[in-house]
Amino acid sequence: MRVEPKTGEKLISVVQAEDELAAVGMAIGAGWAGARAMTSTSGPGISLMAEFSGLAYYAEVPVVIFDIQRIGPSTGLPTRTSQADIGFVYTLSHGDTKHIVLLPGTVEECYELSRDAFDYADRFQTPVFVLSDLDLGMNLWMTPEFKYPDRNFDRGKVLSKDDLDRLAGEWGRYQDVDGDGVAYRTLPGTDHPAAGYFTRGSGHDEMARYTESADAYARNMDRLARKLETARQALPAPVVDEAGGSVGLIAFGSTHAAVIEARETLAEAGRPVDYLRVRALPLSDDVAAFVGRHEHVYVVEQNRDGQLFDLIRLALPAGLVGRLRSIRHYNGQPIPAAAIIDPLMDREAVPA
Amino acid sequence: MSTTLNRAGLARDAYKGAATTLCAGCGHNSITNHMVKALYELGVEPHLLAKMSGIGCSSKTPAYFVETAHGFNGVHGRMPALTTGAHLANRQLIMLGVSGDGDTASIGLGQFMHMIRRNLDCTYIIEDNGTYGLTKGQFSATADLGSVQKKGAVNTFQPIDPCAVALALGCSFVARSFSGDGKQVVPLIKAAIAHRGTAILDIISPCVTFNDHDGSTKSYSWVKDHEESIADVSFIPFFEEVHVDYEPGTIRDVRLHDGSHIVLKKLGEDHDPTDRQAAIKVLEEGRTAGHLVTGLLYVDPTMADFASTEHIPDRPLRDLGEDELRLTRDQFARFMSEFA
Repeated sequence: MRVEPKTGEKLISVVQAEDELAAVGMAIGAGWAGARAMTSTSGPGISLMAEFSGLAYYAEVPVVIFDIQRIGPSTGLPTRTSQADIGFVYTLSHGDTKHIVLLPGTVEECYELSRDAFDYADRFQTPVFVLSDLDLGMNLWMTPEFKYPDRNFDRGKVLSKDDLDRLAGEWGRYQDVDGDGVAYRTLPGTDHPAAGYFTRGSGHDEMARYTESADAYARNMDRLARKLETARQALPAPVVDEAGGSVGLIAFGSTHAAVIEARETLAEAGRPVDYLRVRALPLSDDVAAFVGRHEHVYVVEQNRDGQLFDLIRLALPAGLVGRLRSIRHYNGQPIPAAAIIDPLMDREAVPA
Repeated sequence: MSTTLNRAGLARDAYKGAATTLCAGCGHNSITNHMVKALYELGVEPHLLAKMSGIGCSSKTPAYFVETAHGFNGVHGRMPALTTGAHLANRQLIMLGVSGDGDTASIGLGQFMHMIRRNLDCTYIIEDNGTYGLTKGQFSATADLGSVQKKGAVNTFQPIDPCAVALALGCSFVARSFSGDGKQVVPLIKAAIAHRGTAILDIISPCVTFNDHDGSTKSYSWVKDHEESIADVSFIPFFEEVHVDYEPGTIRDVRLHDGSHIVLKKLGEDHDPTDRQAAIKVLEEGRTAGHLVTGLLYVDPTMADFASTEHIPDRPLRDLGEDELRLTRDQFARFMSEFA
């Protein structure tokens, strides 16, 4: 649908890159020049994209990166599934880096969050990661029909020639004019003498000039943190299904399917559990509120180290941390309901 | 300073950038000046120029010319990927990449080669000093075998010659020059920009701090003694009339895609810059004889560039709006029904 039938002219460009370094670099180059651009990877590919992700974060270039997680580390089991990239991807790159991460839990959500990822990338001028996994991304699933988008594209804060005329050319690429941490950008090719600026991964001030100033560096890093906080408020809220029980479950991504089955079984056994499904990082305040309403909350995930469990513990007030428990599944097979039911029943069992 | 306006209505000063922070006497600063002259004389519109670079002394230089243009100083050795993406997003931009020998021949060798393989429409200038000047002067991969470091260490490895690599890959424009030779560098930069496809311009550029002593083959004095220019290069842009006053029979005229001309006046042995095998031979002979062969080594103005091969329209893809990017409700419904 993107190829003119008569001329063969393409309204899309798909490049088979030589490697993941080039793939993400091309997507960032296109994002910098103002096009919507994405790349996708799994396994070692996401490690290769770390350096460029840091550049896009720090230089504030929109790009969408899909990571269809498989089990690592290294080559791992390349045809098996896992959710073990979440901690790594959240802070992908050296230095203080934190990214927007979207966590679809169903096929329908893969479609919706993939679409919205481009809006978030443009709005917040930063990489947006969409974390799926081998189970969700490559196995066959039933899904309700996708819905036609109900809102327009959000291309974010881009200054046109007319905007620059109105501002009499007075603008700074990294100035926080609106107080939300999101600055205005111009695109290469904008026909105005004040449009051009120098994009760099080295230290820069509000006017995009090179600087090693300690103050300018800290100001910029603080603004980036402010920007992520703005994003946090706008990202998809967790999906909560709650009936006032004392035990809760938290999960994300493809673990959802096993949670549905586990909750049904547990309810039949007279042990109903409430459920919150995280859909984005950084975490919504709803997560802490959910933990606050329950005596025990089990974080279920498909990795060895309880990576989401750790992220939630870091985000919780100290008084709530003790309520959190961890259920982990990490053998490369999609998590079955029994892997949730059994440990939960064991730990919730009333001692005889 | 001349205040004559070029065809873009700009004075030469409009092509200047921030003050250089490189060492006084650095060959890169000369190249920056040649760049200003070439871009001014070509009448490049600054807003259409995209200055791309990687990491290193060389890669800092895009800040030192055409301050009003957009620039992107990316990560080490990966400028080709950023340039590829930006070019595909907007074919109207003039992609001008500045790299160094470390950026190109070590960390970036893979991307350098794949950019050439695709014949991406860009100018790729290598400010080549054979040394890592930002990290105290270690040999780079372009340092010649037997070349001596400032403190006496001898390079024991064969050099990677970016021009030889480019020729072997079938690059559509390959040239070499010397930073001190503005008469040759300026027309080559102009021709590289006018060329549609990947134009590699390897400019030997002495590092005054770490690689400008006896024993270096990338010093001012070595190059002065060993440079062998294969032809006098002139460039005539498409908007100027061809007027050449050389002797007939000593001239080669190559017409580029946009209608501009490269005019070469032969010096000594005649070199045909459209003969790739001859270019490889002349490089090899120079290497054997210990000469630095400079000039336009090879050009193929007919090879289709990447975006053309890919059927990307001339109008920028980045200008596509929601009306063109989003399926209509009908298209969407039909698409969904295919899964039912």
